Amino acid sequence: MSATLHELGPMFALILVGFLPNEVWRLVGLMLVHGLDEKSQVIVWVRAVATAMLAGVLAQLILSTSGPLASIPVSVRIGAAMLGFVAFLIAKRSVFAGVLTGEAAILLGTYWFGT
Amino acid sequence: MSTDPTEPPPHVSIQVFFDGIIAAVRSVFFYVLVGNYVGLGALAHEVGFSFWWMALSTMLIWAAPAQVILVSTLTTASLWEVALAVTLSSVRFLPMVAAILPVMRRPGVRQRNLLLPMHLTAISVWVEGMRLLPLMPVERRIAFYNGLGVGLMSGAVIGGAIGFVLAAKLPPLLSAALLFFTPMAILMSSARNSRTLLDGLAFVLGLVVGPIVAAQKIGLDLMWTGLIAGTIAYVVHRLREARRGRAT
Repeated sequence: MSATLHELGPMFALILVGFLPNEVWRLVGLMLVHGLDEKSQVIVWVRAVATAMLAGVLAQLILSTSGPLASIPVSVRIGAAMLGFVAFLIAKRSVFAGVLTGEAAILLGTYWFGT
Repeated sequence: MSTDPTEPPPHVSIQVFFDGIIAAVRSVFFYVLVGNYVGLGALAHEVGFSFWWMALSTMLIWAAPAQVILVSTLTTASLWEVALAVTLSSVRFLPMVAAILPVMRRPGVRQRNLLLPMHLTAISVWVEGMRLLPLMPVERRIAFYNGLGVGLMSGAVIGGAIGFVLAAKLPPLLSAALLFFTPMAILMSSARNSRTLLDGLAFVLGLVVGPIVAAQKIGLDLMWTGLIAGTIAYVVHRLREARRGRAT
C-alpha cells in the first residue's frame, strides 16, 4: 500500500475532516467515564440515553426522506418493519428470521405498491 | 513486575479474542454491514476515491453515516462544512462509549487498554457487546470486545471492497434494500436484548420522541431524542425502584 502524492490529498482530508470530527465523540465518552462504575447511576442514565438514541436512528432510517430509501413509500417501509418484527416473534425471537422477512417484505411491497 | 492474579495469561486472551471474532461472524450485523458497505464502496468508486482510501475510511471512521457524508460531500463542499456535518452525525458515540466501557473495566486496567475498545464502538459492536459481555468473566471482556469489533469491522471492509470492485451503479431498489438491513437489524437485536424495563422503555420512547423531535426542525435530532427519551425512561425506572424499595 504505497500512497502516491496524488493520494496524500484525499488521505489527509480523510484524517482531518473525517476521522477527527468523528472520533472526538468517542474520546469524550472515554474521558467522561474515567473512574465511573458500571452500576453508578450516571452510567445507568447514559445507557438509557444511548438506547433511546439507537431507537432514534431506527426511526430516522425508517422515515428517511432522502437517500435510496426515500424511493420506497413510507407506508411500505413501516409495513415491512412490522412484518419483520412479527416474524421475529413467531420464530422464537430469531433476529435472522426477522431481518430476512423484513427484507422480503420491502422488496415485494415495493414491487406491488411502489412507484 | 508482578502480574495481577486475575490477569488471564496471553494465550487465553488470544483465544477470547478469536471467540469475539466468531461471535461477530455469527451476528446478523456482520451480514448487514457487508450489505451496507457494498453500497458505500460503489459510491466511493463512483466519486473517484481509491480502493485503499475506502478501506482506510472504514477502519478509521467506522461509522456508515459519517462515511456517506464524507464520500458524497468531500469533492463538492468546503472542508469546514464536511467536518461539521460529520461531527453532527456522530454524537451517538459519546453515550455508547460511556455506557459500554464501564462494563469491561476493572481495577488495574489502564486507560490506554480502553482506547481500542473505544475506537471499535459502533452501533453493531455496541448492541452485541451489551448483550454478550455481561455473560462472561470481567477479565475477558476487553479481549472479547476487541475481537467482536475487529470481526464486525472486517465485514464492513469486505463489503466496501466488494462494492468498490463491482463498481456498477446499483439498481435503486437494491441499494434501498441493502440500506433497509440496518433498521431491521437494530429493531430485532434491540428487542432481543432489552431485558430490563429501562432498556425497553428507553427504546420505545426513542421511537416515539425521535419523529416528534425531527418534526420540530431544531436540528441535533438524535441528541435531543436521546436526552429526552432516555431521561424520561430513567426517571420512570428510578420512581419504580423507589416504590419497590418502600414496599419491601
